[in-house]
Amino acid sequence: MITQLQHLGQWTLKRFERLGRSHLFLLRVSSGSWGVLARPGLVIQQIFAVGVLSLPIILVAGLFVGMVLALQLYNTMVDFGAEQSLGPVVALSLVRELGPVVTALLFAGRAGSALAAEIGLMKATEQLSSMEMMAVDPLRRIVAPRLVGGLLSLPLLAALFSAVGISGGFFVATGLLGVDSNAYWSQMQANVDLFDDIANGVIKSVVFGMVVTWIAVFEGYDAAPTSEGVARATTRTVVNSSLAVLGLDFILTALMFGDNE
Amino acid sequence: MRQSRAIEIWVGIFVALGFLALLMLAMKVSNITGYVDNKGYEISAAFENIGGLTVRAPVRIAGVRIGRVSGIRYDSDTFQAIVSMRIDARYNRLPLDSSASIFTDGLLGENYVGLEPGGDEESLKEGDRIEITQSALVLEKLIGQFLFSRSQESDQ
Amino acid sequence: MLQDSPLVEIRGLHFGYSGRMIFDEVDIDIQRGKITAIMGPSGTGKTTLLRLIGGQERPVRGTIRVDGANVPGLSRKHLYQLRKKMGMLFQSGALLTDLNVFDNVAFPLREHTDLPDIMIRDLVLIKLQAVGLRGARELMPSALSGGMARRVALARAIALDPMIMMYDEPFSGQDPISMGVLVKLIRELNDALGMTTIIVSHDVNETASIADYLYLLSEGKVVEHGTPERLRQAGSEWTRQFLEGLPDGPVPFHYPAPDFVEELLQFPA
Repeated sequence: MITQLQHLGQWTLKRFERLGRSHLFLLRVSSGSWGVLARPGLVIQQIFAVGVLSLPIILVAGLFVGMVLALQLYNTMVDFGAEQSLGPVVALSLVRELGPVVTALLFAGRAGSALAAEIGLMKATEQLSSMEMMAVDPLRRIVAPRLVGGLLSLPLLAALFSAVGISGGFFVATGLLGVDSNAYWSQMQANVDLFDDIANGVIKSVVFGMVVTWIAVFEGYDAAPTSEGVARATTRTVVNSSLAVLGLDFILTALMFGDNE
Repeated sequence: MRQSRAIEIWVGIFVALGFLALLMLAMKVSNITGYVDNKGYEISAAFENIGGLTVRAPVRIAGVRIGRVSGIRYDSDTFQAIVSMRIDARYNRLPLDSSASIFTDGLLGENYVGLEPGGDEESLKEGDRIEITQSALVLEKLIGQFLFSRSQESDQ
Repeated sequence: MLQDSPLVEIRGLHFGYSGRMIFDEVDIDIQRGKITAIMGPSGTGKTTLLRLIGGQERPVRGTIRVDGANVPGLSRKHLYQLRKKMGMLFQSGALLTDLNVFDNVAFPLREHTDLPDIMIRDLVLIKLQAVGLRGARELMPSALSGGMARRVALARAIALDPMIMMYDEPFSGQDPISMGVLVKLIRELNDALGMTTIIVSHDVNETASIADYLYLLSEGKVVEHGTPERLRQAGSEWTRQFLEGLPDGPVPFHYPAPDFVEELLQFPA
């Protein structure tokens, strides 16, 4: 009993230690990341690695999510004679929720795990250490460009996801289900607000981009320098960032959309 | 270093696509026209009850969308709801004695303001008030009235 | 600056983590222009010593002066300035796996100088020529053998012409030929470029053959130091056991255990 309590206490202390360390890490990275702006080449490389290489999965997923959404919602809404509202419902679901959240989850799986594994391996093979000894700060040279790259990539990916999804929904709605194409767009424009819906969706995806890349680079940088440690860091990245995205989504939704009439 | 050009091109394409998607969301999906196109004029109408009408709901005439609800407030002197509407500038020939009603799109659809043109020679201008209005049909009231009349019928 | 004062001066060094003491009152002097080897059994924290000199670890107590500056007390900025004057060869080579040989050697030059590409090219080729791998500059690190990777890492470590070179186990896991190549390179670099060299190793023969001065560490203390000849002749029993690689001696072959015969006769309860 006593030992179990001890374990619980140690476990709790360890959580707090990691929480504190990850925040200090973020602080140290962001204090050094302004220098990155002077070297856009490094950031561009990272946007390629996390953004461009995530494009296929994001586009395919967006297309299918939009199509399935239109199909499912149509079947429900046609019973109420509300199939004209298919456009706005598809658009709102994508722009407010599914776009940022699903993109962030896919991003955590595709880019976050790769980031954690890459940095973890660099640590395990002493590359980070050797950089330090070459008087190159790995936080600035390796971590900061990746953080900025992820931060910039996710909102663009989320926007593409939503746009492709809405288009996919459009094709299903008008081509397959016979919804009037003018109604699809005009109803959408009447109900989707530029600031309340689209801008808030973009804010969400910026926050998610920040959090997912932060968790990924921290887990990689903090990994035990062994192959087992790297594997664990990769798993932890996907699990923790997915949970963080879902939790933050609730908070952000409550904050931004809560005061709607 | 040789690969960097290809990488830059790809990133360029990616960023362009991303912004294109954002632009599409803004222009084609959202109501940006409502924010940009402020050239229209604003009229208002007082209703006894606006039901579920919300800001940004469409304003229609003969089923065609000609503007949107720009504001709703409560007048504590008359106990009425004052609905202001922004009408697109090109629909500038609405007779002064037009009437306004609040309808529902389908059984469960959204509320909108429907205008019925009158016969006046003069047109509505910025700041004018529509005098003839009909409130929203509130479903609960209707059902209540229906039940009431039925029970009266059966009493007789 | 006094030319005959030691370049690295370690005094009263205490270091340890999670309750385990690694260094206990260690004093070491590294003379300028000489090759000093630090030797000892595995697990005596030899690599940690290099990390302490490089400022990657902080001692619990004691001073580490490099060229007059106390490393643990330096600000981040000054530490990074000092590191530009230090080269370190890691045991694994630690090449950046996403860059080829040329870009690896060019990396410190590109990070720390604004030299035009053409000059960087010349400098890189000079360094690669020095380690005999000018022809391998297009290869990726994954295509290199262990010995070649270490030579590339050596070329990278000397790219900024450091005043002090640190080698972490440079000979471990090398075949006799690349071992010979490395021995020759370390000696040549030290003499030709006027560098000060610190070698951490437990390969006795190779290290003793090039070192000007030896430090023997064991259990957190300096056991003995002196020139290789002096240690071989006048060293203690422990020193001789270590230098000659005898299986038994002051360091027993057996891990402490109860008497063997007694334990065999005992039945498990």
